[in-house]
Amino acid sequence: MAAPTLPAGAVLQPRKGTGFRQFKSAFATVAIVGAFVAAAVPLVALVYYVAREGLKVFSWEFLTTDLPFSQRSVEGGIYPAIIGTLIITVGATLIAVPLGVMGGIYLNEYGARSRFAAIVRFLSEILTGVPSIVMGLFIYTFWVLPRGADGFSALAGSLALGALMLPVVIRTSEEMLKLVPHELREGSLALGSRKSRTIRTVVLPHAAPGIVSGSLLAVARAAGETAPLLFVIGATNLVNWDWLSGSNTALSVQIFGNAASPFVPAQERAFGAAVTLILIVFLATAIARIVTVVYTRRVSGAA
Amino acid sequence: MGGAGFPRPAPPSQNRGTVTQTLDPAPPSPLVGGPRPPGFAVDRAFRVLAVLAGLFVLVVLVSIVFVLFDSAREWISFEGLGSLFSLDWEPVNEKFGAGSLALMTLIVAALALVIAVPISVGIALFVTEIAPRRARLPIVFVIDLLAAIPSVVFGLWMLRQLSQPLADVYADVHGAVAGVPVLGDLLGSPSASGLSIMTAAIVVGIMITPIVTAITREVFATCPLAQKEASLALGATRWEMIRGAIFPHSRSGVVAAVIIGFGRAVGETIAVALVIGASQRLTGNLLAPGDTLASIIANQFGEASGVQRSALIGFGLVLLLLTIIIGIVARSVLRRANRRFGVV
Repeated sequence: MAAPTLPAGAVLQPRKGTGFRQFKSAFATVAIVGAFVAAAVPLVALVYYVAREGLKVFSWEFLTTDLPFSQRSVEGGIYPAIIGTLIITVGATLIAVPLGVMGGIYLNEYGARSRFAAIVRFLSEILTGVPSIVMGLFIYTFWVLPRGADGFSALAGSLALGALMLPVVIRTSEEMLKLVPHELREGSLALGSRKSRTIRTVVLPHAAPGIVSGSLLAVARAAGETAPLLFVIGATNLVNWDWLSGSNTALSVQIFGNAASPFVPAQERAFGAAVTLILIVFLATAIARIVTVVYTRRVSGAA
Repeated sequence: MGGAGFPRPAPPSQNRGTVTQTLDPAPPSPLVGGPRPPGFAVDRAFRVLAVLAGLFVLVVLVSIVFVLFDSAREWISFEGLGSLFSLDWEPVNEKFGAGSLALMTLIVAALALVIAVPISVGIALFVTEIAPRRARLPIVFVIDLLAAIPSVVFGLWMLRQLSQPLADVYADVHGAVAGVPVLGDLLGSPSASGLSIMTAAIVVGIMITPIVTAITREVFATCPLAQKEASLALGATRWEMIRGAIFPHSRSGVVAAVIIGFGRAVGETIAVALVIGASQRLTGNLLAPGDTLASIIANQFGEASGVQRSALIGFGLVLLLLTIIIGIVARSVLRRANRRFGVV
């Protein structure tokens, strides 16, 4: 783009608008800044209020005691829900990440511009938009119901969350694989590596940090989900370490159950659980960000 | 690395100089007779695995539709296809029309957009045009944090801290517009608890702000610098530059962002279930309790049985079809814009 040349002696000066035009612009600027404030205020208010209420009950004992049997009880903690959330989320990650990464590999390395790849891309986009409650209904009718009373388990919750995470992981993987320079693949292929070996030893390691960070964001989001878990994991007051069988519970489900309770101890437990859940989710998000930043530094440093 | 000492033929001379990427495993060398070269089976297996992973997405989506339809048949056959649109809600007579819930779902989503879109566009402009370069990343980070907060926590906060103060605000607003023709009906007498369609719309509006902001921001960022400079060089103020250069350039992208936000709002469940007040009667009064397709499933599915359970699964199916349609529309708008954004 060649810069336009000005005639000699010409001076380019921004024309001062009329008073009203300047006023309109200033008003718009204020409105735009106001919009940011309007979004930041709920965030601060929410974090402050939840932290204030939650920290009333937050203690080591709260984190390590079983759930009480009565909503009225001031005793009891949320230990089973923490374990449940961790088991269900880790399980969902184990299901969704390998499948999603393979799906991303298919889309970028094998399918590329084929018609089937386009269909998979489209469907995965549609799957991203499926409301999480619908996924809960699906896993309930498809997995829990046929198994009767034994159907409720952490595994069923993992299936629902995994199905929600899958399209996100596929998309992230494809985007990250796309960023791997073609020269690397060509170099590996030229050295005689087969395609699968090239993908496993050259392409994937290069894309790994991005995939890890994208997947962690998906995990963080899944850990906070309530709707898909409501009817598939059952209910329990005790810790259940078994991923495959037995009713379980989760932080989000406990918050939902206690939020509308008329009993103050239950409400306080809901806030305590909310603080715990936010800490878990933020931790996962922060790790994802750090991985991204470190990765970006490494790549830009190498270039 | 390498094919374990397996000799390869020299490349044909006419291909020299051009690097071709083979999509399929190299054909076995004619120089090597006998068994297949090493690594062939692994290569094939890996390829098959990748294709299966792609196929899995299709299997999941098809089975969701099929399984839900199968379980909803009882509800649909009970009243015929009309139950999809029926406004009847008589649980005693096992009449569960989806119509009023679908309408209230759309009302909540539309109201949420009215709240979220101006704020999102404002934040996007703030980030791309006004904020100092150094502040941009932290601002984006703060807005993303909003997206990271679980839905149930939003619901808990709205229910416990804001619903009661909001009830007072609603009462004042209702008093102020009582005589006005249309507004007086839309903002009718409020529920005492503050649990209402409006409260649900506010919380959903806050929740979809990050996604709408993220897409709008990326659209605004694609506006060519030359256009903005040209506009300013012609003497435009900042606002005139935004209106004259950025908005026309980004119109279709912003429309797509709005549609995607709408899809999210329609599917939002848990926060809505906590604050909407659970009333299945269709109302035009935004300050009265209501219910949405998603929230009624969350609130009632646990104790439902028989036709009601089938109906709730049917609502899930309606919800799914609604979001699929919205998703396809958003996609085609994006296609028309012929640009690519990361939509998480």
